[in-house]
Amino acid sequence: MLTEAATEKALERKMSEINYKMVGKDVSVYYGDKRALFDVNLGVRNNTVTALIGPSGCGKSTFLRCLNRMNDTIANAKVTGKITLDGQDIHDPDIDVVELRARVGMVFQKPNPFPKSIYENVAYGPRIHGLARGKSDLDQIVESSLQKAGLWAEVKDRLHEAGTGLSGGQQQRLCIARAVAVSPEVILMDEPCSALDPIATAKVEELIHELRTNYSIVIVTHSMQQAARVSQRTAMFHLGHLVEEDDTDKMFTNPNDQRTQDYIMGRFG
Amino acid sequence: MTDAIAATQGKAALSGDARTRRRHAAERRFRMMGLLAVALGVLALVGLLFSILSSGLSSFRQTYVTMDIYLDPGILDKAGNRNPEDLAKVTTFGYAPLIKNSLAKAMNDKGFNSQLEAGPAAELVSAEAPAILRRYVLNNPDQIGETVEFNLLASGRIDGYYKGRVTMASAELDRNISPEQLQLADELKEAGILTTRFNWDFLTAPDASDTRPEAAGVGVAILGSAYMMLIVLALSLPIGVAASIYLEEFAPQNWFTDLIEVNIANLAAVPSIVFGILGLAAFINFAGLPQSAPIVGGLVLALMTLPTIIIATRAALKAVPPSIRSAALGVGASKMQAIFHHVVPLAMPGILTGTIIGLAQALGETAPLLLIGMVAFVRDYPAAPPEGFFDPASALPVQVYNWTQRGDPAFVERASGAIIVLLVFLLLMNLIAIILRRRFERRW
Repeated sequence: MLTEAATEKALERKMSEINYKMVGKDVSVYYGDKRALFDVNLGVRNNTVTALIGPSGCGKSTFLRCLNRMNDTIANAKVTGKITLDGQDIHDPDIDVVELRARVGMVFQKPNPFPKSIYENVAYGPRIHGLARGKSDLDQIVESSLQKAGLWAEVKDRLHEAGTGLSGGQQQRLCIARAVAVSPEVILMDEPCSALDPIATAKVEELIHELRTNYSIVIVTHSMQQAARVSQRTAMFHLGHLVEEDDTDKMFTNPNDQRTQDYIMGRFG
Repeated sequence: MTDAIAATQGKAALSGDARTRRRHAAERRFRMMGLLAVALGVLALVGLLFSILSSGLSSFRQTYVTMDIYLDPGILDKAGNRNPEDLAKVTTFGYAPLIKNSLAKAMNDKGFNSQLEAGPAAELVSAEAPAILRRYVLNNPDQIGETVEFNLLASGRIDGYYKGRVTMASAELDRNISPEQLQLADELKEAGILTTRFNWDFLTAPDASDTRPEAAGVGVAILGSAYMMLIVLALSLPIGVAASIYLEEFAPQNWFTDLIEVNIANLAAVPSIVFGILGLAAFINFAGLPQSAPIVGGLVLALMTLPTIIIATRAALKAVPPSIRSAALGVGASKMQAIFHHVVPLAMPGILTGTIIGLAQALGETAPLLLIGMVAFVRDYPAAPPEGFFDPASALPVQVYNWTQRGDPAFVERASGAIIVLLVFLLLMNLIAIILRRRFERRW
């Protein structure tokens, strides 16, 4: 009993030492009667890319969607446990979910630009949050966001053409620009490259690398190489459980758990 | 075993085996049936349009009697003070001699023997003519004492003669017209007194009695239908769209919303006459609204249109990809912002299509209007809205129904003419829908 309390205290001390942006504690998710996530304890560090890996249906996307409460939009989903952003409980009734999603942005698996112009796609977020004080201010935000997403050079002459007319890779970078435009603190990416060709993937990965200096990033990926390339921390999920979480280098060279070893070696999943 | 498989595969590739031939034959058969179905549909449409146009287009041309009429102050304004009240005391009986005398004079000028022929010729002028003349004088009292050229309606029989409805043979048996009068009409036509010209009155005039088909028009019916469409649009579009958005996006999924959903689907299939009974009971008997008024018709038709709009709108909302919703929520839009900034604009073409289909249905609806008294004979134009919504009016489909019930074959032509007007209205509405849809779609 005593030792358990002691270890917990030690753990907490360790947690407070590390600079965590978001922390999930005993997070469980139920879709109706089906339990999708079992007491996951996982932190997202500041200015770090955290990769979530694991076979399909293991709960990594579910966990990701907990971080900005996107699961709220699913009719019979229920989330238990505690998730904090800068120490503040995101399920607190005082927290406005819209505010939370502005601080924790999201990029989806399939590029989903609004069927509007490129400019409008990026300007929409700042506009509804009142981030710009006038047209020139907004122009500024659009330009810098597109620049951060590495898309500015390609689209600066056709800002007012349809965002849906871009190629798949450009669309995904547009979505990243759209997420960046509201200056979030955390960016969640749900398999952002699964619909892209290798060249577009390389561009997005490069982008993730650069974004890391300003944002904390959580990325769900099915590609081991991608996890190894872009992330500093990796978490392995299996059947709704968090198997282990560690430095990416260690995970890919010397994982503690046999399941991680097997998955990385391609023996299942 | 493997040899056998290889053998069948080899044969299939040559397209010679029985199975392949059967498959091709089935495909050909299906395509032929489809083509046949389309051809039947087109044939039916062409037949319908031909029959309506061939019997209805003639109602837009009408035979007129042209003459100069001296508006004699001695008859029309005995007091000589142009007082509207005194002028109104002269009835149509006072105007009839004016027409007869003017016609005699016109015939005299053209070399007819007016003493013998003016009497029978006066009967060629519509019984409505004195009323038209009187209306003109009451509206333009300053013209009294002047000579004005008038195009007065010819009687329905004469008009029918030039449209092939009345023949010399049928005139023998007709108490209203004689073969000699038809002969006279031909001579008058040659002399330029009888003319055939475009009939604006058909579009503007109100309905007329059984004996004056030549004067009947769809003016009141067009106004009544337009008023009702305004009411239907103003009520059912906002209510229907609001209900759909709530049901589709906000309402919880439970037995109660399921019940509502089933009921909406059923309401769309309820016979329209049932809505008429509802309107009679609820709006006229209970709420005390006036009979035959566009407001009641509009309310009933709005109720009928609601399910159509709701079903179409919900389908349009459902068709918006969920990724758009996620994208909006992902950048921190609230649920309402996501719906009104992104989902509804994308669903707009579908919503508009549904609304126009609903309106078109409502425009052509007859049965419920019969029950709320819109089948009444209405000669007076309803006032301008909003007061006009409470005045008695007719409606286009009811006018068609009404005219097909009448004895004089001239009304068959009128009814077909009214159907053409109705079809033109429908075409215009569809055109507006297409234009609006294009506009909304161009915003990607």
